[in-house]
Amino acid sequence: MGYLGEIFVMAMTAIFIQNFVLSRFLGLCPYLGVSKKLDSALGMGMAVIFVMTLASAITFLINKYLLLQFDLMYLQTIAFILTIAALVQFVEMVIQKNAPALYKSLGVFLPLITTNCAVLGVAILNTTAFRSDGISAYNFLDSVLNGFFSGLGFTVVLLAMAGLRMRLEKAELPKSMKGMPIALILAGIMALSFYGFMGFKI
Amino acid sequence: MILLQTASTFSTIGLPILIIGALGLVFGLILAIASKVFEVKIDPRVEEVLNALPGANCGACGAAGCAGYAERIVNEGEAVNKCAPGGANVAAMIARIMGQDAAAMTQKVAVIHCSSGGVDNTSWKYNYEGVESCKAAINVAGGPNVCAWGCMGLNDCMKACQFDAISLDANNMRVIDYAKCTGCGACVKACPRDLIMLIPINRTVYIKCSSQEKGPDAKAVCGSTHPCIGCGICSRKCPVQAITIQNNLARIDYDKCINCGLCATVCPTKAIQDLMAGMRKKAEINPELCIGCTICAKVCPVQAIAGELKQVHNVDKDKCIGCEQCVAKCPKKAIEMT
Repeated sequence: MGYLGEIFVMAMTAIFIQNFVLSRFLGLCPYLGVSKKLDSALGMGMAVIFVMTLASAITFLINKYLLLQFDLMYLQTIAFILTIAALVQFVEMVIQKNAPALYKSLGVFLPLITTNCAVLGVAILNTTAFRSDGISAYNFLDSVLNGFFSGLGFTVVLLAMAGLRMRLEKAELPKSMKGMPIALILAGIMALSFYGFMGFKI
Repeated sequence: MILLQTASTFSTIGLPILIIGALGLVFGLILAIASKVFEVKIDPRVEEVLNALPGANCGACGAAGCAGYAERIVNEGEAVNKCAPGGANVAAMIARIMGQDAAAMTQKVAVIHCSSGGVDNTSWKYNYEGVESCKAAINVAGGPNVCAWGCMGLNDCMKACQFDAISLDANNMRVIDYAKCTGCGACVKACPRDLIMLIPINRTVYIKCSSQEKGPDAKAVCGSTHPCIGCGICSRKCPVQAITIQNNLARIDYDKCINCGLCATVCPTKAIQDLMAGMRKKAEINPELCIGCTICAKVCPVQAIAGELKQVHNVDKDKCIGCEQCVAKCPKKAIEMT
């Protein structure tokens, strides 16, 4: 399989088969919290894609040239959290200065995902993931692409959830079911339906 | 031996501390530098304006909150007099912060463009007994009053007013207290017949009708007998062409209106209300100061001033309508209203 095929497998895995929200259960907080409106869901999704891609790149370098060199793998969580938090802060400053429009549209979501578990999750998973042959570990480009596709998968699910919840707003529901209860049931059904992708072999 | 132990202790405890510490230090330094390099200058006036605003976040200005309005004022040049709870005081404060001329802004007040809607001056179609709301009543056969443009007298505007500026008189007519009206526009939005408009407080002539019916029809349905019949006499008589007739209805352009009140005197159905009627003074030229420049004669909308060039001018008091146009234009301040 060529490298393009490898990328395709990676994309399908990250977006559908091993979706961060629905099969890894990471990033559930924004999934339920920011899915009330489509436009805010889109803003959150874009911010997550952005940060996941960048975090994948930086944490890969930290992991390979610092932690592995000194045999400090047990410090991975602390080091990655530190890196991601600093990175998000830095990116926020750069965007605010150079792209005020983007800064406004990302708004409050950028600082919110500083400690998003999905971002930490993709960073850690990148260090343990293997390519489809099951032998070779992810290299730098693999990690960055995996971060991007994982963010994309998160966004797809978040947007689907937001669209469904906006329709549910108008549905006639028993009073006790309105709001969060039906959202949780909806999340369960979505997870079940994504479970169907599990059997796919690419 | 001890040396070896120290070395191994260092590699198990010291090294991780050193590396994570160094990582933190490097990130800290980068962020510290970045915060200087990428510093975004926020206009200090935004905060000043925000402090001047009442902080009620009521949304009457149209922005999401006081902070949003402050940002709009500074960055987008939004008008400074939109804060309804703050009123003229806050507007003046913001104007000072923004370096604007506080005199340039005029407060607006709400005016109801209908002389009907009371107990004895409304033609009723049926007796409405539903929810006490104009918005509800208008859905029942187009409203309880015969005139499809007129006031239904159910006081949605009064309920919408947060400042108690609208009250009822003995005839159940709505009276707007200009001392309390902040021009927030809540009543304008509340009226389902669109009868209320915001008008500069220094304009005192209003066309108290909103009917777009043809003359005879408007006359037939109006309970107050003062409908605008769209005859156009006011429009022709207006010295500054401020009145236009559209859809059988006269409307005043308050940017042009000079408050002379001439229209109110010529209206055949008395549909135009002039708050200053009978209170206007007549112009008088001080012969000692007049240099005969003829400017006053030229600006007089009713040709009440006559006189030769370089001769003292005279005002024909029967013709003078007290619009004060000449007073404003006289270069020698020779004209007084007496």
